[in-house]
This record gives sequence, structure tokens and C-alpha cells, in this order.
Amino acid sequence: MGDFINIFIKSAFIENMALSYFLGMCSFLAVSKSVKTALGLGVAVVFVLGLTIPMNWLIDYYLLGEAGFFKMDLTFLRFIIFISTIAALVQLVEMVVEKFSPSLYNSLGIFLPLITVNCAILGGSLFMITKEYNFVQSVSYGLGGGVGWALAIVAIAGIREKMTYSQIPAPLRGLGMAFLLTGIMGIAFMGLMGIDPAAFK
Amino acid sequence: MAEVHEITKKETVFSFGKEEKKLLSDPINDNNPITVQVLGVCSALAVTTLVDKAIVMGLAVIFVTALSNLFTSMLRSYIPKQVRMIVQLVIIAFLVTIVELALKAFNYTIWKELSVFIGLIITNCIVMGRLEAYAMANSPWKSFLDGIGNGVGYSIILVIVAAIREVFGKGSFLGFKIIGPTAEYALNTTEISWLGWYTANNLIILSPAAMFIIAIIIWVHRASNRKLIDIS
Repeated sequence: MGDFINIFIKSAFIENMALSYFLGMCSFLAVSKSVKTALGLGVAVVFVLGLTIPMNWLIDYYLLGEAGFFKMDLTFLRFIIFISTIAALVQLVEMVVEKFSPSLYNSLGIFLPLITVNCAILGGSLFMITKEYNFVQSVSYGLGGGVGWALAIVAIAGIREKMTYSQIPAPLRGLGMAFLLTGIMGIAFMGLMGIDPAAFK
Repeated sequence: MAEVHEITKKETVFSFGKEEKKLLSDPINDNNPITVQVLGVCSALAVTTLVDKAIVMGLAVIFVTALSNLFTSMLRSYIPKQVRMIVQLVIIAFLVTIVELALKAFNYTIWKELSVFIGLIITNCIVMGRLEAYAMANSPWKSFLDGIGNGVGYSIILVIVAAIREVFGKGSFLGFKIIGPTAEYALNTTEISWLGWYTANNLIILSPAAMFIIAIIIWVHRASNRKLIDIS
């Protein structure tokens, strides 16, 4: 359990996917114009990351690894298999959400299909491989990473909403300012690097 | 009649006129993938600490955008609309796997440094974005040129950012030591008295600095090309 919380906190704050690895920046910059839509995308990312990382762990261990079903090293297929899993799972989540919670489906809207090409999702799965996590750790990594990403996009969206009232040099308006803000937030998140996750054990 | 039409069409397939030239030059300035379309920023930031990493990454992206555009455009009339995402992703993932295995075989150290970011070309929004916006509706040759143009536009920004970060953060360029406090460097700051104040800026190595540098590039770019200014 200590391990679970440890990795959760580490992936949500200290190694925040959006602000210390800068993953998923395309949708991060495009969708962070208002808090409401940012929250929708954030929730969708938590959902999908929390599902795809454990799922890809299972596939990697039981199908692609040497110890798996085919008894040979198929890890060169990782990219194709992982991205297909993500695409299929996103489609599945979309259908399930549409069936059981139309209100949530309407609020997530176009963000669910967009998530397939969010770098943070595939990046999470690939980092899970390079960090050699086990199954429980990968569940915690998925949830933590998603929560961290959602937090970051909501925070940036809040600042950007306020920014619309300020006097910014015309060429820097919009995109340029979003880059600067994200950079400053990244430095702020670096302050969290001093936290020792072992303290939460 | 139909046959004649076919032949004239074939002759123009590989033409290289004004329109094709525009396909190559547009993404470099007016429609740059990073500073205007805001696509593919994710991987642009992590790989720009060193110029050689940025160049390898740029070449990999040019290869993937050009060929995935070409293949998708060839297959565009056979891909059902509902599953086009998955088909496109499989094409991209196939090409990225080739790049990754080739890089692992020929230059293991760079492969190790780029780690997951080669894999992340799959979800690099430029590749997907160009497939959706261009290759699904245009002929293979034009799509191929569009892919090369966008790949080059992306790589140029990547190399500029990497050059700034490497020179001011590490005092070197492509591994040649330029400015620093020991005798190994071309400009030795401890010996040349008027340069004594100079120290390499460690902030620039950190990833937030890439954000600032891209913001400044956008600023300069939009100030010189005022039609790109965000009105909203």
C-alpha cells in the first residue's frame, strides 16, 4: 500500500507528465482556454490513463514478454500493439460512457476521441515499461499521472482565463503567452522535487 | 477518351511547379507546425537539450511524416471512415518501429538518450494532423511533399531551440566546447579577463526553458509576420 501511495504522489506531483515532462502539450495548449473544457479533458485523461496503463502492462507481460503466451520476445511490436490498445480502449470507453451516463458523455464530448493521440497516454505506457513497474505499481502510476495532468491543465486554464483581461504585446497574445505560462508553471512544479515520497510510506 | 485522360493525369503526377514548391515552403514560415499550427510540441521540448539529439529527432520525424503521408494518401480511398484513426495509427506505428530499430542498431547511445521520445513520434500531433488535414484528401505525390515540408518546418524549430539551449546552457555546440571555465574550451573564461563574468546558465538546460525559448521564437516570428497575430 505504501508503494501505491508513493508512486501515486510521485507521478502526480514530482514527475508531473504535463509540467515536468511536457507530454500531451498539443491538447494541453489547445484546450486550456477555459476551465470548464479543461476539466472535461482532465477527467477523460484520468479515466483513460488509469485504464490503458494497467491494460498495456498485462498485454506486455502476458503476450509480448518472454514469460508470456508465445514464449518469445515480441517487444519490437510494442508500439503497434500499445497504440492499437489505446485506440480500441478509447473507443470502448466512449461507447460505455455513452450507454450508461449520457450526461458525462455530453460533457466529455469531442475530447474522448482526441485522447487517442494525446502523447501523455502513449508516453505513460512507454514510461511504465522503462521504469519496470509491476502491475499494482502501474495502476498507481496511471491514476497518479492522470490526476497530475488534469491538475496542471485546470491550473493553466484558470490563469489563461484571467490573462484575457491583461495588456499583452500583440504578437505574444494567445499561443506565445500560453507557452510562457506553462514554462513558469513548470518551474513552480520543480519546487515539489524536494518532496521525499518515502515520507508517505 | 477515358484513356487519354488517364495518361495526361499520369504525366502530371510527379510535376514540380509553383503549387508543389508552396507545399514545401509554406510549413517553414507561414504555416509552421510548431509556432503556428501548435502541433508536435510534446516531443519538441524534451529532445532539445543537445543539437545532435534534435537533428536525429528531426530526421526521424521527416521520415515518418513523409512516408505516412504517402502511404495514407495511397490507401485513402480504401480506408473506411469509421476506423480511419486506427488504420492511420498502425501505419505510423509501423514506420516509427522501423526508425526505432534502425536507430538502436546504428547509434545506440543516441537511442538510449532519446528513450521513449522516438516512440512518441506516433502520437506526435504533426503526423496525425497532416494525415487528417492533407493526406486523406490529396494525391500521393503532393502529400509526400507536404509531409517533407512539415517535417522540415518542425526540425528547423527543434534545431534552433536546441542550439540556443546547448550554447548557453552547456557552452558547447554539437559537442565542440565553445565557452567555459577550463582550458578545454575555445573561449576560456578564466583566462580571458573581460569574459570572466560568464557562467553557463543552468536554467536553460531545464525543460521549462524550452517553453520560454519557443515563446520568444513565436514572438519574433509573429512580430515579423504580422498576419499570424492571434486576434481572439
